Amino acid sequence: MTTDSPRTIEVRDLEKRYGDTAALAGISLDVAAGGLFGLIGADGAGKSTLLRILVTAILPDAGSARLDGLDVVADYREIRRRVGYMPGRFSLYPDLSVEENLDFFASVFGTTVAAGYELIAPIYSQIEPFRTRRAGALSGGMKQKLALSCALVHRPRVLVLDEPSTGVDAVSRVELWDMLERLRDDGLTTIVSTPYMDEAARCDRVALIQGGRLLGPPDAPASVAASLESPLVAVRGAADRAGLLRALRDLPHARHVYAFGEWVHYTDRRDAPAATVAAQVERSLHAGGFAGAEATPARPTIEDVFMERMAAPAGAETA
Amino acid sequence: MSDRAASAVEARELTRAFGDFVAVDRISFDVAPGEVFGFLGANGAGKTTAIRMLTGLLAPTSGRGAVAGIDVATRPDDVKRRIGYMSQRFALYDDLTVAENVAFFGAVYGLSRPEVARRRDRTLRRLGAEDLAGARVGRLPLGWRQKLAFAVALLHEPEVVFLDEPTGGVDPVTRRQFWEMIYEAAASGTTVFVTTHYMDEAEYCDRVSIMVAGRIAALGTPTALKQQFDAPTIDEVFLRLARPVGLDAQGPAGAVDRPAADTGATR
Repeated sequence: MTTDSPRTIEVRDLEKRYGDTAALAGISLDVAAGGLFGLIGADGAGKSTLLRILVTAILPDAGSARLDGLDVVADYREIRRRVGYMPGRFSLYPDLSVEENLDFFASVFGTTVAAGYELIAPIYSQIEPFRTRRAGALSGGMKQKLALSCALVHRPRVLVLDEPSTGVDAVSRVELWDMLERLRDDGLTTIVSTPYMDEAARCDRVALIQGGRLLGPPDAPASVAASLESPLVAVRGAADRAGLLRALRDLPHARHVYAFGEWVHYTDRRDAPAATVAAQVERSLHAGGFAGAEATPARPTIEDVFMERMAAPAGAETA
Repeated sequence: MSDRAASAVEARELTRAFGDFVAVDRISFDVAPGEVFGFLGANGAGKTTAIRMLTGLLAPTSGRGAVAGIDVATRPDDVKRRIGYMSQRFALYDDLTVAENVAFFGAVYGLSRPEVARRRDRTLRRLGAEDLAGARVGRLPLGWRQKLAFAVALLHEPEVVFLDEPTGGVDPVTRRQFWEMIYEAAASGTTVFVTTHYMDEAEYCDRVSIMVAGRIAALGTPTALKQQFDAPTIDEVFLRLARPVGLDAQGPAGAVDRPAADTGATR
């Protein structure tokens, strides 16, 4: 291994079609060695297609992808040895016990659980007390830990996780990301997909994906969040939320207006400081009968950027 | 007998055990007509079992549940007629067109053909989806499928609609559109009983309950819960209630060792 080859994953102009649908319409990205890279997007965005090409499960129509210096088409056999893959749907054998599943995955890769134990120990030790339980009878969080253990048992150099946090609760999501950070600190290169925008903050770099294309170049999550073009204002203090949304959309310079947790987010068409816009919005709301409304400049999140870029091509209003 | 019950959903010490395992343990709450009620909990906390009881699919072991004033234990079939239901796992038939799905579910709920046609047209117009009537549902983007499924769940104008993780995997724009449909339904008097893993959506509910290990650990408006737990967001409230203390240091504790009894029964 050379020290001057910092990229473990290199994707160039990757395309894949299913019939009329372009699942990937030309995607390029790099993942640094030892990086934790997040692919952020909704169902149907192309995340799974990209990851399946990386693990050599399917072939691209055009473009190239290299993983650990190997080509996903020419060197697929070697790549399969070096990759740990956790697919989106439950990938375990429900009728086998926890330890039988782990033994199976170890044996497929010609190794043993003992040989890979050090890497999986922090995760597997949490479910080991239930090693004789059928995998199908595990809770969601435990299934996820077992699936991750199975993906790691052959000590891969690259970990590919397709929506590991979908369908699991907020507590298990936090635990999962704690585990991924620990693996990253151990030097494992990881690419992970998720529909949860808030998980982007746990990655070193992220790409936003929609309709088979990246919504802008991959970057550190803080930089992506800071790239919001429009001034952003957060509004609250109205009992009638639906009425507040309508009133904000009716403002003459409104660009996008959408609920954001406890707040409503408002972006403006003008290139003005958010504080100026906030003051104007608040005055308008007070004059319009929303006496308690409070408008304040807000720090953009990945989700704000995602929505702005999703709407960008057509310049259309967000409903 | 009044046409409208005082509570749209009522649970009194509602309990369901599977053998020794008590999946839902004496939960009590009321949901008012027209309320958007968020029903939160960790995986395995008992949410799905509770919903299955409230929708007449699973008999309670003890306690009482009523929906639209109808007892779920003694008249489960009447409950099913008065509610709408959608989940992420099952919503519409992929191989049927949009219009065929509407016709099918309209017939299931006993609507006449002219009535089905009238409501189909109105539904598609509201969604701005007139062009999609002949499209096969399986070919539509997930966001559209979920919005359609919600509209179909409302087709027979139920008093209460149960939405089980309706926005999982949906993009952030469509997720908001979906919630605006929820507000519209609630404004027209439909009670909305919704589960979600997106904690920002919990903030959109009139009130939320958080289930932990079969019990309701917290119940109130999002603002009241944040005050009660001195937390900035519902996400933080949820993590404090649902995260077993010392999990990282000591391995599995309490909640982690709960088998998936409530989900295992449905799959």
